[in-house]
This record gives sequence, C-alpha cells and structure tokens, in this order.
Amino acid sequence: MAEKIGVYFDQSALGIIDAEELSTGVSNKFGDACPVVKVFPVLAAASAREEIKKDIVEHGLDGIAICGSSPRVDWDIYEFENVIVERVNLREQCAMAYKNPDGTIPAAGGAAPELLMAMAKDYVTMGIIKLQKTATPEPPEFESVKTILVLGGGWAGLTAAKQAADYGYSVILVEKDAQLGGKALNMLKTVPLEFPYEEAHDTGLEAKIEEVTANENVKVVLNATVEKLTGTPGQYTALVGGQEYNVGAVVLAAGWKPMDNELLAPFGYGNVPNVVTSAEYELLARDGKLDAKRVAFIVNTETVTGGDIYSAPEEVEAEEAASEEEEEGYVHEDLESVRHLAYSSYVNSMIALKHANYLCDAHEDARAYVLYDSMVVPGIHERYYKAAQDRLGIMMSKAEIKGIAEEDGSLVVSAGNTLMGEDVEIPVDMVVLPTGIVPATAKDPVMNFDYRQGPAFPDLDLFDGFADSNYICFPYETRRTGVYAAGCVRQPMMMDAVEEDAIGATMKAIQCIESANRGVAVHPRSGDLSYPVFNFVRCTQCKRCTEECPFGALDDDEKGTPLPNLSRCRRCGTCMGACPERVISFDNYNIDQIGSMIREIDVPDDMEEGGPRVLILACENDAYPALDMAAIRGKSWSPYVRIIPVRCLGSVNAIWVADAMSKGIDGVMLLGCKYGDDYQCHFVKGSEICNRRKDNIAETLERLGVEPDRVEQYEVAIDEYDKVPGMIDSFMDMVFEKGPNPFKGY
Amino acid sequence: MSNSILVVGGGFSGLTAALEAAELGYEVYIVEKSPFLGGRVAQLNKYFPKLCPPSCGLEIQFQRIKKNPNVKFLTMATVDSVEGESGNFTVKVSIAPRCTAPSSADLGELASSLESEVADEFNLGLATRKPLYMDTPFAFPNRYVLEPKKLSSADAIKVGASDACDLNEAPKEIELSVGSIILATGWKPYDVTNLTNLGAGQITNCISNMQMERLASPNGPTDGAISRPSDGKAPEKIAFVQCAGSRDQNHLGFCSYICCMASLKQALYVREQYPDADVTIYYIDMRTPGRYDKFMRKAIADEKLHLVKGKVAGVEEDAATGDVIVEVEDAVKGHKAKIRHDMVVLATGMQPSLAGEANPFGVTLDEEGFVVDGEAKGIFSAGCAQKPLDVMRTAQSGTSAALKAIQTVRGR
Repeated sequence: MAEKIGVYFDQSALGIIDAEELSTGVSNKFGDACPVVKVFPVLAAASAREEIKKDIVEHGLDGIAICGSSPRVDWDIYEFENVIVERVNLREQCAMAYKNPDGTIPAAGGAAPELLMAMAKDYVTMGIIKLQKTATPEPPEFESVKTILVLGGGWAGLTAAKQAADYGYSVILVEKDAQLGGKALNMLKTVPLEFPYEEAHDTGLEAKIEEVTANENVKVVLNATVEKLTGTPGQYTALVGGQEYNVGAVVLAAGWKPMDNELLAPFGYGNVPNVVTSAEYELLARDGKLDAKRVAFIVNTETVTGGDIYSAPEEVEAEEAASEEEEEGYVHEDLESVRHLAYSSYVNSMIALKHANYLCDAHEDARAYVLYDSMVVPGIHERYYKAAQDRLGIMMSKAEIKGIAEEDGSLVVSAGNTLMGEDVEIPVDMVVLPTGIVPATAKDPVMNFDYRQGPAFPDLDLFDGFADSNYICFPYETRRTGVYAAGCVRQPMMMDAVEEDAIGATMKAIQCIESANRGVAVHPRSGDLSYPVFNFVRCTQCKRCTEECPFGALDDDEKGTPLPNLSRCRRCGTCMGACPERVISFDNYNIDQIGSMIREIDVPDDMEEGGPRVLILACENDAYPALDMAAIRGKSWSPYVRIIPVRCLGSVNAIWVADAMSKGIDGVMLLGCKYGDDYQCHFVKGSEICNRRKDNIAETLERLGVEPDRVEQYEVAIDEYDKVPGMIDSFMDMVFEKGPNPFKGY
Repeated sequence: MSNSILVVGGGFSGLTAALEAAELGYEVYIVEKSPFLGGRVAQLNKYFPKLCPPSCGLEIQFQRIKKNPNVKFLTMATVDSVEGESGNFTVKVSIAPRCTAPSSADLGELASSLESEVADEFNLGLATRKPLYMDTPFAFPNRYVLEPKKLSSADAIKVGASDACDLNEAPKEIELSVGSIILATGWKPYDVTNLTNLGAGQITNCISNMQMERLASPNGPTDGAISRPSDGKAPEKIAFVQCAGSRDQNHLGFCSYICCMASLKQALYVREQYPDADVTIYYIDMRTPGRYDKFMRKAIADEKLHLVKGKVAGVEEDAATGDVIVEVEDAVKGHKAKIRHDMVVLATGMQPSLAGEANPFGVTLDEEGFVVDGEAKGIFSAGCAQKPLDVMRTAQSGTSAALKAIQTVRGR
C-alpha cells in the first residue's frame, strides 16, 4: 500500500490537457499522501528520471504515478527500484482518444474542453487510488523437487528423460510395457530425419535406450502406469506401480495406439486376405517377411473418412449431457474415431513412401503402387518424396479407391480418377492400409490427476483425444500446469518432430519446477510474484472458485472449503471474480482496489447536464492494447467512458458492476477475448465464464429495477482496433436512449 | 567463459527461444536486423487454423520481454563476426542508427506532415511510407525509425527541429560474450521476379500470398479491404496458384509447408468479405497435415471454393481489363484451359533468410540455405532457419533450441 506517492506528469504526452491544473487538483485532493506532484515538459528525458530518483530518496516515496504514455510503452524508462509504479494512460486512452460529444476533435493548441479535463482527472485519481490499494507481493515459501516424471518410454519419453537427466535433474521414467522403446521397437527403419532427407535409416533406438538406462539420474519403472498424481507442480506425488514418488513436473509422452482395425473394414480388412495395415507391414519388414512382390500402399482414406466426419452427432451430445448429470463418478469418454485416420495423413504418406522403398529393397522386380488423394509430405520431407518418385519400381498416382477384392486367388485394387487415365484395376499380392494414430489420452485419462476437476485433461474433446494445446503461439500451454505433452499423444507426428517436441516439453517442465521454487507464476504471467490469498473466515463453501478455475488449481476439503495449490495457479484471478463473498484477493489486484477506483469516478448527478458515465472493464492482454492502437490510428471515442484494465474478464467480480451501478454509472462494457472452441483468452475460460456470470448479474440488476442491458460483454480481438470505437459509440447511443441509471444521485 | 545465449533473429522462433531460456534464469541477447521484433508473423493478418490475430501472441511475448530483465534485445543490428567456440564466443554486432529519441515519443503528426515517400518493404510494395515510421501500431519497440537519407530537404528541416529526432546519430559496433548461439534467422518470401512464367511480379493483379496478408490486415495499406491493386475493384473471381516456386528444382527444391493452409485461410478471408466471390485453388497436393485436415474439409465445404488438382503453366495479364489469365492443366481430367480471373494470388514459398546472405556463424548451409549442422559447435538452429515450419512447430522448435543452448552453457 503506497502511502507517499509522487505524481509526475509528462506534458509532451498530454496534448492540450492542462497538466498544471491536474497537478493542482492532485495536491488539493490528496494533500500529504502525494507529497511530490510535478509536471515535466518531457518525462522520458534522462534529467527527469534523475529528479524522480532523487525525490524517491528525499521524500521517502513508496509509490510513483507516471501520468503520460500508455503502460505498454517505455517500460524500460519508468523503472524505479523499491517503489510501486503505476502508469496513468493519459496519452493514448485520453488525449489521443478524446472527441467532443458532437464528434468534433478539439483544436491543437487550444484550451482543453471541460470533459477532457474531467476524463484526465478521473484517470489520475484512479491511478493514485490504485497505488494506495496496491501492496508488493512476497512470494510464498516453496521448495520444488527437482525430479521429472516422464510418462512413456518411447521415442518422446526417452528423449525427455535424457534431456532432463543432462540438466542434472532426476528422472522417473515410467513405461507401461515390459521394455523401453515404444512404437520404434517395431520399426525396421525410420523415414529420413536428417539432411539430406532422402533415405530411410536405422532409428538408433538401441543407443538411445542405452544412453537413458546407463544414466544414473534416471530410474526406469517398467510395466507400470501412473495410478494417481497428487499435489501441485514442484511437489507432486505420483503413485506408480503401487509406489509413491516425489516429482516436480511431468512430461506426458504416453504415445498412441493404432486405430481399431474394424474401422478399416470398408477396405476389406478382416475379410479379404493379404490386406494388412501399415503397422502390420512394418512388423513384416522388421522380421524379413516381405514376400509379396506387388503391393498397393493406400494413402487415400476417403473410403473410410469420406463424408462429413467432423460434424458432431447431436443425439450423442444430448445423451452425454444427460449421463453427466446422472453419474457421480468420472467416466472417460472414448474419443477414438475415424477422424484419427484423417489426422494421420502426413505420417501415412511418409510411411507409404518408406514401405514402397522397403519393398524395392527386398525385390528387384518389385511393383509398389502408392495410391493417394494428396501426398501429404510437407516441408523438407518433399525430398524423400522426390527420391521415391525417381526410384524404379515405385508408381504413385492420385486415385479414388473403388474397391479391394479377391479375384482368382489374386487381389485387385480398383481405382478411379487416376493420373493414368480412366479407371484402372491393379492386380497385387498385398494391400497395405494406413494406420490411424489414436492418442493414449483418447482412451484413458492416463494422467489420473487427483484433482477436484477430474483425472484427465479437461479439453480432450476439443482435440479428439489428443492432449494438445489450443494455442498456436504457445503449444505447451494447457489447462494443467506442470504437465507438458510431447509426441504423438499431442498430435500425429514424425520422429524428428517428436524429438524436438520432447526437448521443448522438458524445457517447460524444468522451467515450471524452477518457477514454482521461486514462487512465481508460469506462462502467461511468467514471473508474477502475486498469488490469490484466501480469507477463509468469510468463505461459505459455495464451490464457485473451485469449479471455475480454468487450471484446476483449487481442490476442496469435504466441507467444500477451497484448498489452493499455488504452483498450479496462473494468477488470472478467475477465482476472485467468482467469489460472492470477496474472500479472494491478490496483494496487487483485488476487489477493494478496483472497487475503490470505480467509486472515485466523478459521476455528474444530472446526466442531461454533465453527460452519462460508462465504465469499461477491458482485458489487459487484448482489448486494452486494441484501445491503445485505436487511438494510435487516430480513432476516438465518447468522452463519457472510463477504462480500467483487468487481468482477465474472468477476474471481474459482480460487485464491481454493482459498485458502478450504485455510484450512478449508466452502463458497463466488458471487453474480453473471443470464446468458444477457438478461444483466444490467454486464461482459457475467463471471457466465457464472465459471459455466463453476466446472466446472473442481469438477473440481479432486474431485481433492482435496472435494465439488464446496461451491462454488456463484447468479444474484442487485439486487432479489432478499427471496430472497438464503434462498439463504444453504439453502446453510448443505447445509454442515451435509455436515459440515466435510476440509481443516479442516491 | 559465458553462460549467456545469443539469439540471432527476433521473429517467432527467436522470441520463443529467448524467452524460454530467460524464464529459466539465463541471460539472453536477441539481435534483430529490422527495427522491430516480431518477424514475419507481424505481417500476417490471421493464423490458421484458428483465424486469430498474430499480434495477440506477440503482445504476450512483448509483455514477457518487458517483465524479464534477463532479456536484452538489439534492433537494427546484424552479426558481423563470430569467434571462439562453444562456451566462449565473441560476437561482433553492428547497430544501425534509429535516429530517434530512445522513448516512445509520439511522432505520428510529424511523420504524416512529411512530403517524402519511400518504398514500403513491410507492405511488400503495395504502398509507400514516410521515412519516419513504424511498421504497425503494435510495433515493438513502439519507437519510430528515421531514415535521414531519404528525407527531402524540406523534410530534413522539419525533422531537424524536433527534439525527438537526431539526424546525425552514428552507427555503433558492440561486442558480446556468449556461451552458445541460437540461429533463428527465419525466412523470406521467394522472389517472384524469378517466376517468369507466373508474371515475374509484373502483373499488377497477380499478387503474392504475403501481399495478400497485407491487404487483408486491418493495419495494411487498405485497412483490411481485399481489393484489386490496379483499380481497387472487389474481386469476383480469384485464383490461388500453389507451389509458386516451391517443389521446383529450378526454384525451391522443397515444399514450403504452410502454403496450402495459407491459401485455404486466405480463401476464407475472401469468402468472408465477398459472399458472391468465386475462389479456385490450383494445387499439386493439398498438404494439410495432422488436425489441419479438419480446417481444410470445413473450408472446402463452401460451394464457392473449388480445389483443382493441376499445375499452373503460366499467367498472363489482359492489359485492357487488368484481369489475369491462368493457363492450367487439370491433372485428373487431362485438359488444358485458359481461365480468366480478376485477381490471382501466387502461393510463393519460404526461402531461408540465410540463402545468398553472409554466413558469419561458421555453420554449414545446404544448397537451399537451410542450416544443417552447428550443434557440436554450440550453435543451434531454430524455426525456419532449419526447415520450413508453421508457427506452432516453430514455437516448439524455439523451445527445444532454448534447452539445447542451455545444456551447453549450464554451469559455466
């Protein structure tokens, strides 16, 4: 809580705003609480910073309000030690964004209109109040276990184990089978993984296993799975094969299984002889049994994956909803489907090339037919495709597979629309069908989290069972801190990608353990020292926080009292937003802080005379930058709005809306990220949860006799800077139409 | 001996590598040759398959930089030489002058008052810009760049009067001691002027896929409106030509990984803006690996979006109308046709940035310019410096390069 605050104005950033008037206003209002109030012509100047540093010492300042440019810029200039710094955005979101009520822009060099000064005053006041309500967080005492649990002993798991051990960590490597190696054990060779990417080669699996088993930092546990994972990153207890291990983080490399062969029946699998899967063909190759000389390798899966395989069957969804309500215990939904075959096109195209090469290696007079719709060999692997095209004995064509049948003791593949002209019938001795990669997590929770929110990753259905991330930019981020998936359990991928993915996942696991040890948050608020503090005296065990936390950070006891796990927590504040009793707070972000700021907004008693007031609570990661950028691009918005950034819309507590309404504010806009399956919220669920809560807020408002549409949530992507001013304007039109908030003046 | 890490390139793989290493406690220097961080993705309108804006992820990366004193970055900086060995490199870096104050002074008004206009590389020639500029409103650092040599004499007087500009700032040279190096030098769009059969960049309404990104971007030259460069007309019939340069021994002997998804995505941009527009994608193979299959199938369910398997032999301009005639052989039906479109997008591939450029790092490049070794020497490549990748794979690659680099310097 800053008690002696220095307030500094940057005239160069304020346009026509009269900084002297603001400065006098601060001194009058705050007196001794703000012993230093100064206006600088250019605050970014080195001399100004020196003067501030001197003031800090001389006046014993513990808080600094920098009133000028947006907090998003010049972070490196306004860094001062041992004081809390608050940036009051008077440039982008005040001076630059201002327009008069009639839409005109005040002339440069003229006097600041009263409404502009009122806006600037409100922002300055809110900034100072915020400082007064902000404490410097102290990280909790916490000691991490520097051990990584690697779940799965295949290519990904072996890679992760080696990397973690090399970093000096201990590793518990858990493999469900009797030996290490995973799917690579079945492989004769791998597709080329290194320059020049033209020939299949040995996997090198044996050496890789040897490296891991010979490492004294690695303990291998075979024939075992994780039966239960209890605790929190840095201090997990994993129950493996009946024994408990203390581990700090997990690399989930549980791999995959081939899609159920029954789904390949339309290709004749199971009733036509010599129709095998590529997984089976690999075993034949490994065991030197490539007797068939004429082989068709099918890549085109349309026979099985044609039609609308991505629309959700509605009846099933309804059933699910019903069964969810009925059943008490957790039931893992089996997510295996024919989609897994469609998702495996890259791997299957590559494997078909490899197998065609195997065949030509085995027989001089081999005839390998690769039939595809598209050869999905993206990137550098094109070179392997090129090499196969040049190989005698390999024929490749686009083809629609019409049928695979036995005729007179031989197999015939009928294909249409080929590059060889019309329909063709290819006599072969064997047909090799593609393999669908079904991640372990589609069939089973695998992780067995001992979490209130259940034993599995919560978003599995979004990714058809893959333990993947929804973030393009941050592919290791999921809703379970401390567990990082790698390899085919996350996506179908080739071994080069598996290797890279596993190293990346190990990096994140180590980083998570070290961050927990320092008591700081991981992505996206990496390094944040603040964390939610619970005042349990007032807790009514309503369980909202435990249910809503996007990261499953909160367990509860039998009474329903939340049990926080800080190293699972990402500091989004969704729990704080959920709590009706205001039990949860952060040292530097809390209900009282934002509530006090809202209550400091100067709301004219008479809307006709002073205009309405609208509060905007804006996601600091996307909507707030969009507003900045709108201003930079010369857009402006109503002079009646006041913007307060929030960590995430999930952290918005209904009490803030109530504060605003009882203060006489005429409307509240909530600007947050897109939600739904392709959510853009950095905290996964924040904006979606806020929208759900908004319905409750609406009900409350209605009971109070306030029109519920005075509170509205908007989805604003960070690049919608040209649209957001229009959203504000139309909301203002609605407010003007409705007239004043009925509470105004009370 | 040093346990610092040098990251060459401030695009998505470089940013990721640098931040991941820094958040584990290692000191990192990013050396970026352009004036802003973000690299290629800063030019994109949306990412596939989510159709979300790249600036959203960049904003988080920039926040991470601001919060982490372990990350130091140099813009307008290039590596001149690398000496030494794993654990002990001395790197000489040249820094070109920015010529503006080291703060985010708002020079917008000054910039727009200038009369000089220069070619705008960021917008790939679709617009011009002032010699005092920022690429995007989210440019990081959000600090203007001044090019004194490109100012008219009247402009030079105006700019000279500003306290925030320094016309005479000198270039600098510095030396860094680092223990390992991550090459995240990225890619550049393949030069269309090499594609003589595809108009060689001379046909106004035949643009590249990167130009399409700029047209569709809300911060692009048309504020996001996709229109014909020649006359601003809304396209009614538009074609995408896949593998423009890629998978071609005469140009790029590899597949560029992203172009199929990029064209599908751009087709959606067009279809969203113009509900009546007709879109055709001419392709050799649709390469939509993994779960991107879902994106492709949803996209092509649109009956106005057509996929035609066939290699485009050439494009010509109809000078009278500005239309573009595409000569294509349908590989399945076997017939050749010349088809008129009012706009054509060439799905040009990615060429490694190091192709044809100085290589002061002592690593081996393959004939295309991709880095093929270096790990034994403590130099690690990440992202598209190594092979063509999409953004998600690039982030994985950057994260893994960070750990590899750390393993080299750990305990030093």
